[in-house]
Amino acid sequence: MSFKLPDLPYDFGALEPHIDAKTMEIHHDKHHGGYTTKLNAAVETENISSSNIEEILANVSKYSTDVRNNGGGYYNHNLFWEILNPNGGGNPTGDLGKAIESTFGSYEKFKDEFSKAAASRFGSGWAWLVNENGKLKIGSTANQDSPLMDISDFKGKPIIGLDVWEHAYYLKYQNRRPEYIEAFFNIINWEKANELFKA
Amino acid sequence: MSFELPKLPYANDALAPHISENTINFHYGKHHKTYVDKLNGLVKGTEFENADLETIIKKADGGVFNNGAQVWNHTFYFEALSPKAKAKPEGKLLEAVEKTFGSFDQFIEDFSNAGATLFGSGWVWLVKNSDGALEIMQGANAENPIKDGYTPILTMDVWEHAYYLDTQNARPKYIENFFKVLDWRIIENRF
Ligand SMILES: [Fe+2]
Ligand SMILES: [Fe+2]
Repeated sequence: MSFKLPDLPYDFGALEPHIDAKTMEIHHDKHHGGYTTKLNAAVETENISSSNIEEILANVSKYSTDVRNNGGGYYNHNLFWEILNPNGGGNPTGDLGKAIESTFGSYEKFKDEFSKAAASRFGSGWAWLVNENGKLKIGSTANQDSPLMDISDFKGKPIIGLDVWEHAYYLKYQNRRPEYIEAFFNIINWEKANELFKA
Repeated sequence: MSFELPKLPYANDALAPHISENTINFHYGKHHKTYVDKLNGLVKGTEFENADLETIIKKADGGVFNNGAQVWNHTFYFEALSPKAKAKPEGKLLEAVEKTFGSFDQFIEDFSNAGATLFGSGWVWLVKNSDGALEIMQGANAENPIKDGYTPILTMDVWEHAYYLDTQNARPKYIENFFKVLDWRIIENRF
C-alpha cells in the first residue's frame, strides 16, 4: 500500500496567467512528488498501517517529523490542486457563500481577512479557511502543518488552503506575495469548496 | 537614526553563474531592502528605535525580531560572498574545523546536509560556542544564534527565495554553488 501522487485535474498551463505553467509543473511533479515519495518511505519505516492520510494527520503526534512534514505536504497539496480551477473565481455560492457572508459580513471582508492571514505568515506555510464544528475560521499554519493535525494550534476541516511557500509563486511573482494572493481569488474552485464544506 | 541597507561589496552580476544577477537583484534589492524598510517602520516610537541590531536580536520578538534578525542575517550572508572567493580556510580556522569535523571535506558534507534537511525557510550557521569550539546549527525563518549566546562566523540562507530563480526545487545544487562563492578569507577574519 502506498500513497499516490494524484494527477493534476487540469493542464500545467490551465491556470495562466494567475499561476504559470512552469511553476505548476515543478510544484506538482517535484515538490508534491517529493512529499509523496518521502511520505511513503516514512510510512514504511514506521510500520504505519493506516492508508488514510486524514487519519494519519489526526494522530501525527505519534509519528516522526518526517511523517508530519511529508504527510502534511502530501495532503495539503492534494487539497490545493482540487480547490483551484481555470474557470473558478468570482463570489462563493451555495451554502458556503451564505456561511461566508454570515461569518465574515461579506465576501470582501472574508477576502481581506484571508489575504492578511496569507500575507502575514512569516516564512513558509499555508493560509486556511476551515470548518470547525460548523463554524468557519481563517488562519494559517507553518511549513506543511495542517489544520487536521492533532499538534496544530489552528484546527478544523480544511475548505480552502493557499500555499504561501515561496516555491508556490517565486518564478512569477518573486518577492510580491500579495500579488500572488490576489491572483489566487481568480481561480478558487468554489464548487469544490462547497462540497468540502457540506461533507 | 534609522537602519540602512549596506552596499554590496560586489556588483549584482559578480557572482554569476553560481548566483545569478537576477537572484541578487531580488534577494538584495527587494528582500534585504524590505526587511530594512519594515524594521524602520516597526521600531519607530518603541524602545528599539535607537537600538543596534544585536540588541534587537537578543531582546525583541514578533515583527521587530523577524525583520531585525533578517537584516543582520542577510548582511552577514552577502558580506561573506565574493567573485574571487578563497576556496578553503587555512591556519587556526582550518585547525578548528578539522578538530570538530575531522576534515574540511567532512565539514562541507555536514553543513550541506544541514542545509538540505532544514524543512521550510531558514538559515544554516557555523558558530563558535562559549568554549570557543565550532558547531553547525539550523535556524528556522529569521532565527539567529546570537540570541542564545553563540558567535556566528558563517551563514547560508536556505529560504527558497535565495535560490528558486536559479535552481528551483534543487536546493542541494544551490548549496554547491554557494560554496563556490563563499570567501573563506572573510570567515577566517571573523573567526
Ligand atoms: Fe507547495
Ligand atoms: Fe534571504
